[in-house]
Amino acid sequence: MTPDGAPPLREAAHNRRRLLMERSRPGREGVTLPASDAPPQPMPDAAMLRDGLELPEVTEGEVVRYFTHLSQLNFSVDTNFYPLGSCTMKYNPKVNEAVAALPGFALAHPAQPERQVQGALEALFRLQTFLQEVSGLPAVSLAPLAGAQGELAGVLTLRAALEARGEGRRRKMLIPDTAHGTNPASAAMAGFQVVHVPSDSGGDIDLGAVRAEADGDIAGVMFTQPTTLGLFDRNALEMCRVVHEAGGLVYADGANMNALLGRAKLGQMGFDVVHMNLHKTFSTPHGGGGPGAGPICVSAELAPFLPGPVAVRRDDGSYGSETPARSIGRVGGAQGNFGVLIRALSYITLLGADGMLDVSGNAVLNANYLLAKLRPLYDLPFDRPVMHEVVFSARKRPGATALDVSKRLLDHGFHAPTMYFPLVVPEALMIEPTETESKETLDAFVEALHRIDAEAAADESFLHGAPYDAPVSRLDEARAARRPELRWREPEA
Amino acid sequence: MSGAPFTSPFIPNTGDDRAAMLAAVGAASVEDLFADIPEAFRHPGLGLPAPTPEMGLRAEMEALAQRNFHAGEHPIFLGAGVYRHFCPAVVAPLVTRGEFLTSYTPYQPEVSQGTLQGTFEFQTLTAQLFGMEVSNAGMYDGATSLAEAVLMACRVTKRARAAVLDTVNPNYLAVIRAYAQPHGIEVYETDPAAPQLLPETACLVSQYPNFFGCFEDSQAFADLAHEQGALCVMSCDPTALALFRPPGDFGADIATGEGQALGVPPSFGGPYVGIFTCRQEHVRQLPGRIAGRTVDAEGRVGYVLTLQPREQHIRRERATSNICTSTALVALWAAVYLALMGKHGLRRVAELCWQKSHYAASRIADLPGYSLPLTGTFFQEFVVSCPAPPSEIGAALERAGIIGGLDVSDRFPNGMLLCVTETNTRAEIDRLVDALAEAAR
Repeated sequence: MTPDGAPPLREAAHNRRRLLMERSRPGREGVTLPASDAPPQPMPDAAMLRDGLELPEVTEGEVVRYFTHLSQLNFSVDTNFYPLGSCTMKYNPKVNEAVAALPGFALAHPAQPERQVQGALEALFRLQTFLQEVSGLPAVSLAPLAGAQGELAGVLTLRAALEARGEGRRRKMLIPDTAHGTNPASAAMAGFQVVHVPSDSGGDIDLGAVRAEADGDIAGVMFTQPTTLGLFDRNALEMCRVVHEAGGLVYADGANMNALLGRAKLGQMGFDVVHMNLHKTFSTPHGGGGPGAGPICVSAELAPFLPGPVAVRRDDGSYGSETPARSIGRVGGAQGNFGVLIRALSYITLLGADGMLDVSGNAVLNANYLLAKLRPLYDLPFDRPVMHEVVFSARKRPGATALDVSKRLLDHGFHAPTMYFPLVVPEALMIEPTETESKETLDAFVEALHRIDAEAAADESFLHGAPYDAPVSRLDEARAARRPELRWREPEA
Repeated sequence: MSGAPFTSPFIPNTGDDRAAMLAAVGAASVEDLFADIPEAFRHPGLGLPAPTPEMGLRAEMEALAQRNFHAGEHPIFLGAGVYRHFCPAVVAPLVTRGEFLTSYTPYQPEVSQGTLQGTFEFQTLTAQLFGMEVSNAGMYDGATSLAEAVLMACRVTKRARAAVLDTVNPNYLAVIRAYAQPHGIEVYETDPAAPQLLPETACLVSQYPNFFGCFEDSQAFADLAHEQGALCVMSCDPTALALFRPPGDFGADIATGEGQALGVPPSFGGPYVGIFTCRQEHVRQLPGRIAGRTVDAEGRVGYVLTLQPREQHIRRERATSNICTSTALVALWAAVYLALMGKHGLRRVAELCWQKSHYAASRIADLPGYSLPLTGTFFQEFVVSCPAPPSEIGAALERAGIIGGLDVSDRFPNGMLLCVTETNTRAEIDRLVDALAEAAR
């Protein structure tokens, strides 16, 4: 408070949030650079040179204060419970950061000759071996740069294997209606025709629908196990058999692998390709939207088609980097997201086999505990034990839609669950606690949801205004899309 | 081994917690929760090593890292698309703050304003540096940016052919081919000295400066593309753009680049960030995420992910791309780097690269047995014809404690592509010259 009632300057958010170009003042510098220590060389022809460069002029201190302030406007795993379904927002161990920052890793150049980078190649080879063991599949490419790119690389590999069988004409890719949006987008990018398949009344894939599509044109199916409903699909074994019998191949989206670590191997259950999200299951930080890594593990039949490069161990004990014989080619400019891969290697090495079982066991226990505690509040579309996450429908309480509940949770200091996904559940709230949250945190989360429900019961319109205590209130997304302002521009005089 | 029982430092549930939670769930054991997995496949055994405590882990990883012959200990003259540049000490601690590092894609904008405003800064700074109207939030890397640019050009022109100059990074060409092939897009190479466009070509793709460090007639490429109704697509080195005319000057329709050059560690290939800029008119065909400015219910400025109907989670198989998780944190790194370098610093870096690389080239050209096969203006990288196969020269440099250039003998007889940036001192350059002279004897 101030005597004249004016708001404290601290709250003048528009000042704290001024953009770099608005802070810029001619003559300020943010860095010191040396003069050239080499004899002067003639500069290029002036006609080739740039006429003016519009970049900010700000000091180092201002950059630090600005970006530190921006960081404080974020929720993160380091500061908040982040139960975002299918995103596996577990704690990201700091030792992984230290390992990735070792100069021998961070300063290795991807185009150096193999003999100069034996340590990096051995690290990649070890990670490949570990992921083979986790997936139960014999060959791995670490090249894909994110989960969705792993999907694309995986279905391109699948397509190449079909072509090698003389079955390249097959075009139909079956995708369950519960699938993540990247699955159909990746299938389309790989040139397939997407056929949507419904779930049955128990939440498993509808086998009748799969059988109806299992003809000479079926290339395969892209299937998430456990599904985005948080369920271990009980029809998947039979689905794999039906698709294989019809001449197709089966792709597993491993986004939800956290539930299966040491509990089951997808490669043993009929899947030909699996991609893994190292930034989910294997604890590499998500960075506000990447970087990730999406390695793919494949059967022996598909191994010759993997994207390159793949790390190999030679007979003399040295390590190399090779592109498989009939590779689908390259999916990135260099060697894959090595800095992410090395973090995952660090995580698996630290936890070992025992730790992996602890991860899946506690992740699944935490999800089932939330199911039990929240069942009185929300509709549960499929009433059976879940794996790593639980999907509720927030349609019982007027004035407490999935959006309302999500926004109000932010006021309580919890990130929202994934909302309105999967699409088959109306008013979906998809909650994934992960193994790194305590019972106390889960109990507090449950209490917050009960309080929110009571608030909606008392005043049907109250939640529509949430969040009340976030850095900004609900943002006008329609306006952003109608008149896109995608960069700072000089104000018109 | 001590034989001490393993307790994960990342899992808070105690035995008592688990018992209480199982009681609430109504299950007898954690194992019971996995009953939906068919018994024959349940608990297959996991052949991973035993847990390694942090001390041992660090020793093991340091041993691996030390087996690399790396630029932290040896002068490096290798570029070929991945460059060692100076990065101020400020960048890493800011970008790796937990609030940035451990947040998700900003699906809840009210509690993600830091990431979103940082992305908006990245879009502003890259659009300005590239002299282009708009930028997206970043792609996986420079190669996938260029491949997605080809796909976008085909969408915009409704054509299915792409011409790529044969001086584009061969790894980039390989990614373009992998992305284009499933769409039935024909990718063909053409000679920059006399580029030819086949009918129904969607775009002419060039690199600026090209893979061998040289500038080409970019204006002629843009004009040729536009005469044929094709788009001009340029893959540009961000550092060079601080000194040389930006792609927007030539009328490029889509301009991409490898953001690694903006102070990001080489890290044996990633993570990097692809820069993707284009003309305003094509904004709804952009792949990837885009942050936009808007207001909240009280009229305060805020940022959101926008133009989402292009994206996979809305449009599914009709999306402009399948991109979901991308490289937001590396984009933030690039934004902080550009903020610090600013208007004068980045130009100074580019001038240093120019000065030092030209000094190195002039000294090497004077060495007996060595010559420069290319005569065009180059920036930071240049091809040297060696008196012996570059693999042998590279091995000799390694013995002298130097990381040599890329073997490009497939394109130039005994050709080695050398790179010199502001991080190379004159003493290092002189050492390189001496070692090359020694290798020729």
